[in-house]
Amino acid sequence: MMKRLTCIECPKGCRLLVDAQDGKVVKVTGHECPKGEKYAISEIENPVRILTSSVLGRELRLKMIPVRTDKPIPKSRIFDAMKEIKKVRLTRPLKAGDVVVENFLSLGVNLIATRKAE
Amino acid sequence: MIKRDLVIVGGGPAGMAAAVSAYENGVKDILLVERDQYLGGILNQCVHTGFGINYFKEILTGPEYADRFIEKVKNIPEIEVSLKSIVVSLMPDKIITFLKPGRLETIKAKAIIMATGCREKTREMVHIQGTRPAGIFSAGLAQKLINIEGLLPGKEIIVVGSGDIGLIMARRFTLEGAKVKAIIEIQKETRGLLRNMVQCVEDFNIPVYFNHKISRIYGKDRVEKVSVCKVDDNFNEISGSLFEIKCDTILMSVGLIPENELIEMAGVRIDGNKTSVPGIFMCGNCLKIYDLVDWVTQDSFLAGKLAATTIELLLKPGSHSNTMGAGLQ
Repeated sequence: MMKRLTCIECPKGCRLLVDAQDGKVVKVTGHECPKGEKYAISEIENPVRILTSSVLGRELRLKMIPVRTDKPIPKSRIFDAMKEIKKVRLTRPLKAGDVVVENFLSLGVNLIATRKAE
Repeated sequence: MIKRDLVIVGGGPAGMAAAVSAYENGVKDILLVERDQYLGGILNQCVHTGFGINYFKEILTGPEYADRFIEKVKNIPEIEVSLKSIVVSLMPDKIITFLKPGRLETIKAKAIIMATGCREKTREMVHIQGTRPAGIFSAGLAQKLINIEGLLPGKEIIVVGSGDIGLIMARRFTLEGAKVKAIIEIQKETRGLLRNMVQCVEDFNIPVYFNHKISRIYGKDRVEKVSVCKVDDNFNEISGSLFEIKCDTILMSVGLIPENELIEMAGVRIDGNKTSVPGIFMCGNCLKIYDLVDWVTQDSFLAGKLAATTIELLLKPGSHSNTMGAGLQ
């Protein structure tokens, strides 16, 4: 089965044509760099996204501290992840890149802060 | 009057890159003026990814991209940062006045770089008829309310226009549990990046109406509904195509305009990175609207370098120059 995808790895947005058989990618065309092929395979076989949001701070100068998963998570878990993010209360100062929740949702990724919070 | 070599107005990505570049090109007396209480500008509220792939060769969020430059700026003692400082006047002779907590300060600079960013177009600029109820926000304002203030401005959302901020906010509202009922775009295709159509719209099955416009906003105190119609190639309503959508919130994502009141006040005309006044430069979104911050950084480095060249010319033996640095705070 041929499927059209738009690569989201960079702002170029290459139009990909993907040949997939039984949920497995056989051939990808239309990508201008190797990221496109990787994206197409992931998108067909196990679609993932980096999730970004923000969490509530307590007694910090910032009310909201922006966060993201340090690696992509399955698309199907995004709303579960949002529920968890809403429960988080940050009380300690941290730097961009510091871990907020380790092994987030047991997905093998960390939730990290993306801004310094004092 | 205080004299300084270089004053930069705006502590967003453009101003910070210009400051770093000016320093690296030899300017040792730099004042960076920012009206907010933090450096970083609009990047701080852009918590989504998509920044830095060209400049840092990494996928970063807005705050991470800003953080890298904030750290750079902090590590250069020759760059003084004045926060909560709002410039109120700019004169063609490079005299700049700003209000900071407790006082008004006037500075004569050898060079000035304007990096004041842009504003969002409003409902008034696209002429949507109807009432004027609460619940109509520019997409960037809604972004600030959610990501910085932790407030959700509505539950049933219509996005007008398909610029990147609108698409990103459609996803953000969806993640926060609101229902984005439609994105209404008068053109036949998106004005945003294709990747945002995929990861912000298609991922969440948000309906997009191309070749459509809002014909009227209804609601007394709060937005209650909009009527939407299909348009022809001249953007005129196609009769019989009208339908209504209930909503409590409308986000406007219909474009950005450079923020240039100060430059206009000074009577300065714009020509590339230069202006009609020697020693006054512009960079970033106040000069032209960029879709990627990486290019803002790149072009702002050039502005910093040009300003450094101007200051150096002033300092050359033979050319008269006043003693700089006297009376600095």
